[in-house]
Amino acid sequence: MTESTSQHTPFEPRLVAFLCHYCAFAAADMAGSMRLQYPPNVRNIRLPCTGKLDAGHILRAFEEGADGVMIAGCEEGSCHFLKGNLVAKSRVNWVKTLLAKVGLEPERLHMYNLSSAMGPRWAAIVQEHVERVRALGPSPARAPRPAKSEATK
Amino acid sequence: MIVGEQKPFEQIVKLIERYRRVLVAGCGTCVSVCFAGGEKEAGILASMLRLEAQKNGRPLEVLEQTVKRQCDMEFLEEMTTKVGQVDAVLSIACGCGIQFMAERFQDKIILPGLNTKFIGVTLEQGEWAERCAMCGDCILDRTGGVCPVARCAKRLHNGPCGGSSGGKCEVGKDRDCGWALIVQRLQKLGELERYAEIIPPRNWTTSRDGGQRKVVREDLKEQGRIEPR
Ligand code: SF4
Ligand code: SF4
Repeated sequence: MTESTSQHTPFEPRLVAFLCHYCAFAAADMAGSMRLQYPPNVRNIRLPCTGKLDAGHILRAFEEGADGVMIAGCEEGSCHFLKGNLVAKSRVNWVKTLLAKVGLEPERLHMYNLSSAMGPRWAAIVQEHVERVRALGPSPARAPRPAKSEATK
Repeated sequence: MIVGEQKPFEQIVKLIERYRRVLVAGCGTCVSVCFAGGEKEAGILASMLRLEAQKNGRPLEVLEQTVKRQCDMEFLEEMTTKVGQVDAVLSIACGCGIQFMAERFQDKIILPGLNTKFIGVTLEQGEWAERCAMCGDCILDRTGGVCPVARCAKRLHNGPCGGSSGGKCEVGKDRDCGWALIVQRLQKLGELERYAEIIPPRNWTTSRDGGQRKVVREDLKEQGRIEPR
């Protein structure tokens, strides 16, 4: 992956996305079968429901070098487990306060809601969050990666 | 259960700032239930400390471990290896757990990551309230099952005071007046005549006033203590 420190290539943010199996994951699948283009910066992790998401998972992603994290769950009122996405919403808001405490911009974390039929919206929100994080620059808390990335410089 | 609350993060960062390797030690009982010092909270706090250190370019290694209870030597044994690998331990158990860690690991710095608040109940997920102040001589039989020591701001035993209004305590409108609750409950139970009985001055030596407290059951003491090493 391109390092931010390089003067020749623009900064390419690394994103981790946590997706609900019932909506966003299917939407991402659809975006794929529709051959929609969206930035390759994101690594998707499927959850049974965004309600399963732990604060620790999000922090861990940042610790491991993510520049941004996105959470994508069902539209409000359509959670297959009734309230999972609402639980996730308050949890995400709380984790934003934790990020601020450690000195990271809370905007690096963002939650979206979409249905399984919204392939194009998936492509659009990935684009949106990539741009948001690109504007913020590399995460100041990226773990140093001496082994691989340093050797390539 | 014992209810606690993590210290403010900036304060924790200050506490550990001069150490390079720190163990965040969680406790799997009371403070887990109030989401303050259990396994998840230990993981979150450890992550936050690592992120903060990475951001500020400070070398810091943070280990995590949570045991069933920090107030029992048996469980503290399990932490021996990790405690041996760090400069300091940040315990997020209650004050008892933190002290027992310090007793067990005599040559290790043990730091408090949690403020122990009270013995209380879970009103709803995310809200806990005090119920008992451990006076050592329970009088709930006389007060309709509502504790005047913990639930009256002035610990009045023959209340209420003149500040009780609309069922709320004068100390804060967000708090029920313990004595209003006592009267309501006695009324419900048809025992209002108990309210006329004056509770005489109490012997507070059963409480904190009597000094450090201990409970001993000789019949159970067959194994001997696990002495701290
Ligand atoms: S009377 Fe004493 S023991 Fe009983 S609930 Fe109140 S403080 Fe606790
Ligand atoms: S208002 Fe009620 S709870 Fe508050 S101090 Fe007076 S008697 Fe106690």
